[in-house]
Formats: sequence, structure tokens, C-alpha cells
Amino acid sequence: MARKRQAIRDHSAEANLFARRAVVSLLIVIAMLGIVVSNLYVLQVEKHDAYQTRSNGNRIKVLPIAPNRGLIYDRNGILLAENRPVFSLEIIPEEVDDLEATLDSLTSLMDITPEERENFQKTYRGQRRFKPITLRTQLSEQEVALFSAQQHHYDGVSVEARLSRYYPYGETLTHVLGYVAKINKKDLQKLVEAGQEANYAATYDIGKLGVEKYHEEELHGQVGYQQVEVNSQGRIIRTLSIDPPVPGKDIVLNIDLALQLAAKKSLNGQRGTVVVSSPQTGGVLAMYSSPSYDPNLFVHGISSKNYSALLNSPDRPLINRATQGQYPPASTIKPLLGLVGLEDGVITPKTTINDTGRYRLPNVKHVWRDWKKWGHGKVNVVRAVMQSCDTFYYDLAYKLGIDRISESMSEFGFGEYTGVDLYEESDANMPSRGWKRARFNQPWYIGDTIPVGIGQSYWTATPIQLNQAINTLINHGERYVPQIIMGFMGDQGEVIEEPLKTWRPIAVKEKKNWDLMLDAMHKVNHDEEGTGRRSFSDAPYQSGGKSGTAQLFSVAQNESYKEEEVSEHLRDNAMYVAFAPFEQPEVSVAVVVENAGGGSSNAAPVARQVIDFFFRERDFMDPDYVPPEQQGQEVGQ
Amino acid sequence: MKRTQLKQNQSTLLERIHIDGWLLLGLLVLMVVGLYTLYSASGQDMGQMERQFTRLGIAMGVMFVMAQVPPMAYRRLSTYAYIAGLLMLIAVLLFGDVGKGAQRWLDLKFVRFQPSELMKLAVPMMVAWYISKFTLPPKLMQIGIGFALVIVPTILIAKQPDLGTSLLIASSGIFAIFLAGMSWKLIGFVAALAGGFTPIMWFFLMQDYQKQRVTTFLNPESDPLGSGYHIIQSQIAIGSGGLEGKGWLQGTQSQLEFLPERHTDFIFAVFSEEFGLVGVLALLAIYLFIIIRGLIIANRAQDAYSKLLAGSITLTFFVYVFVNMGMVSGLLPVVGVPLPLVSFGGTSMVTLMAGFGILMAIGTQKRFLSR
Repeated sequence: MARKRQAIRDHSAEANLFARRAVVSLLIVIAMLGIVVSNLYVLQVEKHDAYQTRSNGNRIKVLPIAPNRGLIYDRNGILLAENRPVFSLEIIPEEVDDLEATLDSLTSLMDITPEERENFQKTYRGQRRFKPITLRTQLSEQEVALFSAQQHHYDGVSVEARLSRYYPYGETLTHVLGYVAKINKKDLQKLVEAGQEANYAATYDIGKLGVEKYHEEELHGQVGYQQVEVNSQGRIIRTLSIDPPVPGKDIVLNIDLALQLAAKKSLNGQRGTVVVSSPQTGGVLAMYSSPSYDPNLFVHGISSKNYSALLNSPDRPLINRATQGQYPPASTIKPLLGLVGLEDGVITPKTTINDTGRYRLPNVKHVWRDWKKWGHGKVNVVRAVMQSCDTFYYDLAYKLGIDRISESMSEFGFGEYTGVDLYEESDANMPSRGWKRARFNQPWYIGDTIPVGIGQSYWTATPIQLNQAINTLINHGERYVPQIIMGFMGDQGEVIEEPLKTWRPIAVKEKKNWDLMLDAMHKVNHDEEGTGRRSFSDAPYQSGGKSGTAQLFSVAQNESYKEEEVSEHLRDNAMYVAFAPFEQPEVSVAVVVENAGGGSSNAAPVARQVIDFFFRERDFMDPDYVPPEQQGQEVGQ
Repeated sequence: MKRTQLKQNQSTLLERIHIDGWLLLGLLVLMVVGLYTLYSASGQDMGQMERQFTRLGIAMGVMFVMAQVPPMAYRRLSTYAYIAGLLMLIAVLLFGDVGKGAQRWLDLKFVRFQPSELMKLAVPMMVAWYISKFTLPPKLMQIGIGFALVIVPTILIAKQPDLGTSLLIASSGIFAIFLAGMSWKLIGFVAALAGGFTPIMWFFLMQDYQKQRVTTFLNPESDPLGSGYHIIQSQIAIGSGGLEGKGWLQGTQSQLEFLPERHTDFIFAVFSEEFGLVGVLALLAIYLFIIIRGLIIANRAQDAYSKLLAGSITLTFFVYVFVNMGMVSGLLPVVGVPLPLVSFGGTSMVTLMAGFGILMAIGTQKRFLSR
């Protein structure tokens, strides 16, 4: 120590002072470390469980796995709706160094359109970070290969595959199968209401129409889950456990693809519809509504241009004419009304009238005319069916009265839903006193009843209703629900058939009345005077049928209908119902060709072609069979 | 070699090269723990490990060189270092380079330099020099001047803005004054004054981002994905570590990158997650050992300047530890203070080790002083 300083400084006092301060400092240090430790104790011991949970919550994510949608087969096991992998180009913008340069480069690689780029940018702006954004969907195999070869140049860009619906037969089955499309807000709301949103957590598409919609629940299946460990960027590091999804059930339809194609072909592009079913089960074998459209357009989102073209087309392709088309049934219901007359005892097989081509009621000025200007002469009920005599049925309607017609025809399913497994169904209209009061606030006039006798007036029916009613006649009152679906595919590829569904049967009073009307239908096709003879008399099988020509245009009282003077959309609808073989029918058909004119000349050939094909296929399985007598001949002239 | 004969039992190779064995032991253990933790925190990045290892080597070299300088020389250098540092701080504010949004660097053509690092040592040296000129305990006037010597560089650094460093520099100077024997009454008064100064700091001195840090600290859950993300993830890491930890390299918060800044300022969260409370207590024991050793060296020093400087360096080291652990565990707002000798990063480590070099010089060269 320097002695000079020691004189003015009390060195040991200073040392003591410092020592005390050093000890105080150490105590403060220890106290503060105590605070740190106690805080850590709270975090690591007392709240450990909570933080452990949050830590796991950070790292473990439960990801839903979409179940594979059930496939749809026709009755012969042909795949009608399949799942195909589609590839889309996805980008995680945060993982890309230079987004614009990457987009430019991708554009030159695979012709990304400005629209796709714009959509991408739009999504990017409103999106959560580190979520992949789709730049292009439905990559071609070539594009996938092209990108895969270059992938190492593109950090943050990847090709993702998922399964998506594809309908190999396009427009042929649209109105039967419907289609799936992206789940929208409305669908989501419905799923939430049904408590199904968790089940759809990984699902892109949902059935929007047809079988796809009606059997959505069975087709969809049950969602699965996987527990994965993710890093802070949400990238999956590894899978911890998997609870696999339950795939949707594969559906087997009653539809016969070949017959469906034949039905489509038989309409030859005309507006109209063909419904083919099995009278023995009610199973719908074919159901084509023309014009149709390609359901695949909707799966990946239809462009608004295409959609408005479909929506605004005067031919109304979006409507399923078989189940939603409401047509006056016209003369096709004559066998049914005749049966009701016989069963109620209003007429007998021997009841005849003298048809002069004009029908009048006492004290009513109006004249109802027969389609045959000079009349059919003396007709009983069988001849009235065979020749489609209107006057007989004006009289029958008058005798039965609207109440009895309405009641009995409702029993045959008119004005009621058939229960076909499609949501796209109309119940059409069976008029009654009550209906007219409710609809027009007017009483029912006797004059309203008369045209009901020939299936006109306010009476409308869907082709599937017509087909169902004819089946009921064939089955002597047994009533089947038309079913598009046959059953579900079992594990071994066997079909687990759905039970047949029936409506309450119509009570039979006299079986011979039913047989008489069926016989009259046979005469329509095979008697020399039958209206369908030109189409069916040369058929290699016995059949029954009935034509109908539905007036859409009221001709003034003292004029006659001239086809060429009426605009096309007001021309008569051609209709035909038929079944075969006559004994133990296997197939029944309802045909409507819109604005084609007379039913026997324009709809009957269509029915013939379809039934021919049914038997040809049954024997030969040949979809391109054309009966020789119709080769080179215009259908529906 | 008379001294060797006087204290024969302590005469070792280490003493001859002016290295304090106990302190060296503590520092080495800490560095090893630090490297292990960094290996995990960096995601087994050998590149980072090499860089850190190089830095530690350089820092050890600096410590060794600083330990050879006689304490008397430090005392004589004090004023020059302080004035030079102060001028450079002003220069930084006027012409400094901007790095990471703060003006901290001075480009001296051949080397980029952070004057604030120099001030971490220059301020306690200057205060110790000034206070030790007079008899202890210091008078009010001397205390006032002492505080002025502290506050000027503190404010200059806070302006850069670098809250963490200004906090460390302020405390290093204040520790010197405290150890000199500032009366408890005055301490109470200054504490009250500092309390009154807080709002002034809030409204006039603190930048928006600093204010944000404080608000976040008070309620991190208010913005869990934004400003609160760091502290929330850090607390999850620490809390989920539990008593025994998830094991080395097994911390999900750090390995799966949920924890931000995990190899720098938040490395303590990685350590806590993987080694648990037990590991943390062991780590704290190492730090405490170094601090106690530092205080012993300070207490044994034979002149006031050395005592004050050694004590200040030791306690400032503690401030690093406390502030870092405090901010990572949510006790304190997030200010950029690394966990000494464990966090990845160069400049502050060199400064720290230079400080330990001075401490060793004081601890091993006192007999030269008494001559």
C-alpha cells in the first residue's frame, strides 16, 4: 500500500464497507435468483401440465382424411361414376423466394393463363400464411411429368393429387347420376345442421343432383383421422397414428347402361324423354332426358359462361324431363280411365256410343271434338282404347264425374310423388274441385271434366308417373316405387339388394276388367285398327301400348289445328306408353317427344326401338342393334 | 520471485500466467454447457457450432491478454477509454451504420465496431476511477457526478436504440457507486427518483417498438400470433420442460421450430425445455459460483479502484443472467440481452470475457500493486 494515501484514507474501514456491500450484493443476487427460480417453479412444476398440453397442441395436429367416395355401377357392373386422381399445382408463397419470378417461370413451363394467375393472387391476399394455394387444377399427365422433372428448381411449389369424380359416359346419365361439385356455403350450412360437418372435414365435393345427391350419405362414407407431428410452419414431420376412413358404399343401379344408350339414341336428339322400367320390380332400367349436358363440367367448377348457356337454353337441358317434366298425359291414360269406368260399373265391356266426331253436353254450347274429324262410329271401351276415341272418353268422364276420376287416378299415382330415389321430382297435377278452388278460387264446372277424360285440361303428369301407372295396370293393382338403385356392392362383389318398395295396392273388383284393358292395349299395338300398329305389328314379340298426343295449343271452336301454322313450341307432344312381352311383361316404357306431333307416329317408334333393344340386348348384348325395317328411316317424323 | 516464496501453497502455473483457476473452471463448465445447448438449439448445425467455438476461442484469448495487464494500467486508462467511448457513441448517432433497424455500428474502414461494447467496460472503469479518488463512502457531490458519468452514455445508447445494452451499462456504473458505500437513505431517494423518471422515459425516450415490448410483456396473450408469440412460445417451452426436462435434443418447441430466436436470446427456453427445473438449478449454480468467485476477487482486491471495478463487472454479469432469464420466462419485458456465454453471438461474448480478463488481472496481480 502506498503510505501517502494511507494517511488520508482509513483503508480497513473502506475494506469493511466494501465487504459489507459485497455481502449485501450477494444476498440481493441470491434473492433475485430466488425470484427467477420460483417463477420457473410455477412454470415448470405447478403449471407444467397446462404447458405440456399447449406444447402438444403446438406439435400434434389431428388431420382428417377424406373417405373415398363410393363408386356407382350399372346393373351389369359397368362403372358409371369413378374416382380419378386429379393433379393440381400448389404453391406455399412463404416458401418461395421470388414469387413473381417463380410464377413467370411456371407460366412458360405450362401455359398458366392470366386468369389462373389472377385467381392465385386473389386467394394469396386473403389467405392464412403457410397454406398451399392452388395455381392450376386438372394438370395433364404431360404437365405433371414436365413439372416433376423440374421440381428441384421450385421450392415451395408442388403437385398435389387427390381423387375426384369422373363420369365416363358424360351426358348419357346426367339426369340419373347427377354430379358432385365443390361443397359451397349452403351445403356447409346443411351439413352443420345435420351435425355432419366433422365427417366432411376433409371432403372437397358433395352430391348436388341425382343419385349422387340422393344417396350422398351412403356414397360419402366416414371420415378418418391421422395424428401428425408438425413443425411451426405446419409441415408434417411424421405421422403418429392413423384412424383410417371408412370408404363410401359402392352403389349398383337398376339402370342398364346399354339400354340407356339405346334410349338416348332412340330420341335422336329430339327434346323429350324415355323412361324404361321393369314392371316386376319397379326398377328403373333406363331414364334419359333430352337434351342433356356433361356432368363433368360441374365437378371442377363450371365456368359462368357455360353455366348461363345451360341455364338460358330454350331447350332447358337442366331439367330432368322424366321426373320433372309435367305433360298433359293425353290419351295414354285411356286404359286407366276405362278400367275405372268398368270397375265402378259406370260402363260395361258392351257399353257403346256412337261417335260422330263431336261431343256435346245438354244445354252446353261448347263442342268437344274427336281427333278424327268424322268420328269413329260405334265404339265400345276396347275400341275406344285401340283407336283412341276421344268422344267415348268425353262421355265416360261425364259419367264418372271429376271426383271419382280424381280419386281413382290419385290411387294410380297421378298428382303424387312416385317416390323415385331422386330429389328432382315433381308431383305434377291431378285436378280436383278442391284444387281448382285453391288454385283459381273458382268452382269446378262440368265443362272442366270433359277434357279430363282424354288426359287434358288441368291434368299433368310426369313420364315416370305414367310409367308407374301402366306398371300398376300390368300388375293388377300392385304398385311399386320406381327405384333407380338396385342395391349396394358387398365385400365380395355381390350385390346386396335393397328391398322392393311398394305403395298400397289398388283393390281389384273384377280381374277381368284389368285384363280387358291390357288386352285393349295389346290391340293398340297389334290389331289392324290399333293406333300403334305401324310401329308394333311386325314386332317379334307381343306387346301392349297406348299413344297420346297432348295439345299444348287451344284451337278455337270453329277452326282446325294446322301444324304448320303453330309455332314449334306449341305443337303437340307425342307420347307413348308400352310394355312387352304381353304375357308376363318384363319391360315397360314411357316416351315423350316434345312438340313432335302425333304420338302414334312420333313416339311409338321410339318405344319400339327401345323395347326391341331390350330384347336384343337380353339375347345378344349388342348396343348398336338397329331393327332392319327402321334403317335409314327418320325417327319421329 | 519473493512472492512465490511468501505464498508457496498458491503458486501454480495458472497464477504465474495470471489466470484465476476457480473462475476459469466456472467459465469453462459454462461454455461446455452452452455448446451442448447450442448444438440442440441450432438444430444440430455444425456450421454454427464451429463459429461459436471460434468465438469462444477468441474470447478466451482476449481474456488471457486482458489478464496480463496490471490493474494500475486499467486505472490510468479509465478516463481515456471513457472519453473515447463517449465520442464514438456520438459519432455513431451522427454517422453510424444501421443494422437491424438500430444505429449501433461504427465503420472504422478496417473494422466495424460497436462503441457500446467498449462502454460496457469503460463506464464501470470511469466511475470506479472517479469514486476511488476520494475516501469512501462517497459524498453526495461525488455520487451526483458518478451518476452523471453513467447517465450520459446510457441515454446515448438508449437512443440508438439499444435498451438491453443501456440497461447493462447503467447498472454497471450504479453497482460501482453502490459498492463504494452510497448511503442507504440516498439509495432510497434515488430509487424514488428513478420511479418518477419512468413515465418520462415512457413518453420521451422509448421508441414505439420498445413500448410495444413492455405492453406485450404485461399481457402476452393479447396478441398471441404477433408480438406476444415469442414470450408465449418461450413459456410453453419452459413449462412443458417440467421438472426433469424432455431430454437433450428432445425439446419439441425448439426442435420443431415453434420457439423463435432459440439459439440467441431465447436459448434459455431451449435449455429449460430439455433439461427441466433440475437442469436450470444446475445452470444457476454455475452462474452463482462464478458470481461468488468474482465477489471474492473483488473483496480481496487491495485498492478501492480494483474492488469497485471487479465488483461491478461481477454484478453486471449477474444482470445479464437475471435479465435474460427474466425476459425469457416472462418476468421482464423482452430486451435484447443474451444469456452470457451460452447464447450464440460474438460481440457481447468478447466483451464479457474481456471483463473476466480484468477480473483475473485484479485477482492475480494485487501483489504487484502493493510494491
